[in-house]
Amino acid sequence: MTDASAQAPRIGILDYGMGNLRSVHRAFLAVGAAATIVEHPHQMEDKEALVFPGQGAIVDTMRLLRERGWTDFLKDWVQADRPFFGICLGLQALFDFSEEGDTQGLGILPGSVRRFRFSLESGIKIPHMGWNDVVFPDGDDPLLEGIRPDAEQFYFVHSYFVEPAQAGLVWGETEYGGMRFCSAVRRGNLIATQFHPEKSQEMGLRLYRNFLETLKTSCG
Amino acid sequence: MLSVRIIPCLDVNAGRVVKGVRFKELRDAGDPAAIAKAYEQQGADELVFLDITASSSERDIMRDIVEKTASQCFMPLTVGGGLRSVENIRDMLNAGADKVSLNTAAVLNPELVSESSSRFGNQCIVVAIDAKWDPSVQTWRVYTHGGRKPTEFLALDWAREVVRRGAGELLLTSMDADGTKAGYDIGLTRTLAEAVEVPVIASGGAGNLDHLVHVLQEGKASAVLAASIFHFGEYTIEEAKQHLARANVPVRLTGRS
Repeated sequence: MTDASAQAPRIGILDYGMGNLRSVHRAFLAVGAAATIVEHPHQMEDKEALVFPGQGAIVDTMRLLRERGWTDFLKDWVQADRPFFGICLGLQALFDFSEEGDTQGLGILPGSVRRFRFSLESGIKIPHMGWNDVVFPDGDDPLLEGIRPDAEQFYFVHSYFVEPAQAGLVWGETEYGGMRFCSAVRRGNLIATQFHPEKSQEMGLRLYRNFLETLKTSCG
Repeated sequence: MLSVRIIPCLDVNAGRVVKGVRFKELRDAGDPAAIAKAYEQQGADELVFLDITASSSERDIMRDIVEKTASQCFMPLTVGGGLRSVENIRDMLNAGADKVSLNTAAVLNPELVSESSSRFGNQCIVVAIDAKWDPSVQTWRVYTHGGRKPTEFLALDWAREVVRRGAGELLLTSMDADGTKAGYDIGLTRTLAEAVEVPVIASGGAGNLDHLVHVLQEGKASAVLAASIFHFGEYTIEEAKQHLARANVPVRLTGRS
């Protein structure tokens, strides 16, 4: 791994003050990235990719992003189609609106974030917690190298899910409680997942590794 | 389809796993991080460390273990035992735990559940409930101190209260079944699982693989916690999952043994 470190892709992991990003950081280090935690946009100057691992409540997330000057930076970064990987709340925050606290999101992607609603009698639990299938309808994708597009499970923990307003954004889908929701989005060099690759053992690490590979390709 | 979760639990005392774990591939059978790694390779879905350390000075050791484990294992890790304050919880989460489990501390100070879940998110806060049948009231009562001390709370009421306060998951141990190897307490598990919106992890009483099937199907548990049936090499995680799959319980098969 030391030999490769000179060319290891430089990625910044966005820390906006909600705490625990270390599992994401450790996972990217484990797959050979030169990954650093960034607290301010200027720290992104020499980085090739931005990782946005959200967690906690979206109301606090949006406030902290604003206070720390990330809101416009994130919009510009994605607008320029620079490599981006969002995780969990880092997916949800990209959309226009969330039912969680009736919050305006970043508005980078069209659509909204809704809460799961199941009756107690149904026995369908909230949060949706544990390992579930992710089906990637377009399986022919370098990001899915070594990942079966219709037969892998990843780790989820969430009570809200995204509903993109453009069908073309949906990259992966998952079934829960008799409904099918969008569990991964993709647009150009932006990808974001509802599941946690950093908690999904071998397949999760593979997805991060594939993401790094696409960076090497695009940078020559 | 969402898989049920198989969760091995390791009792850790002063940095060492205490209930002897017998994995033939392990050189040091007392090293929590090495055991965690072995379980990950077997396809465990999550892992729980229960810190049974008596003194607080030894708690720092637990933080180191969590750090070491989290840098090698890429699956959800829950730490329980002796966490009494928001600061204790924050320390464990910062060290790399994904969730913490609160038991006695929640009973003594229910506000801790509310404070910690609003601060760190519901998904981080597991409330562990040790319950035992109380013939005088014909229902289950909450106990603390490893089942020795009865509390004022009935299990069903307490489960609803901690969920209302923000617990994202319940870890339910039957003190009647624990250690018997005669099977999980199906009645208790089902009663609580049907009463709350959040997932219930069943614990206590596993002696064979059919017991896992029963508590997941009839007991409506979302996950099972088990220690001895895996630690002593009676069954591997993969064998347990194959058995569940044959009984049509959805599991995540990783193709490893």
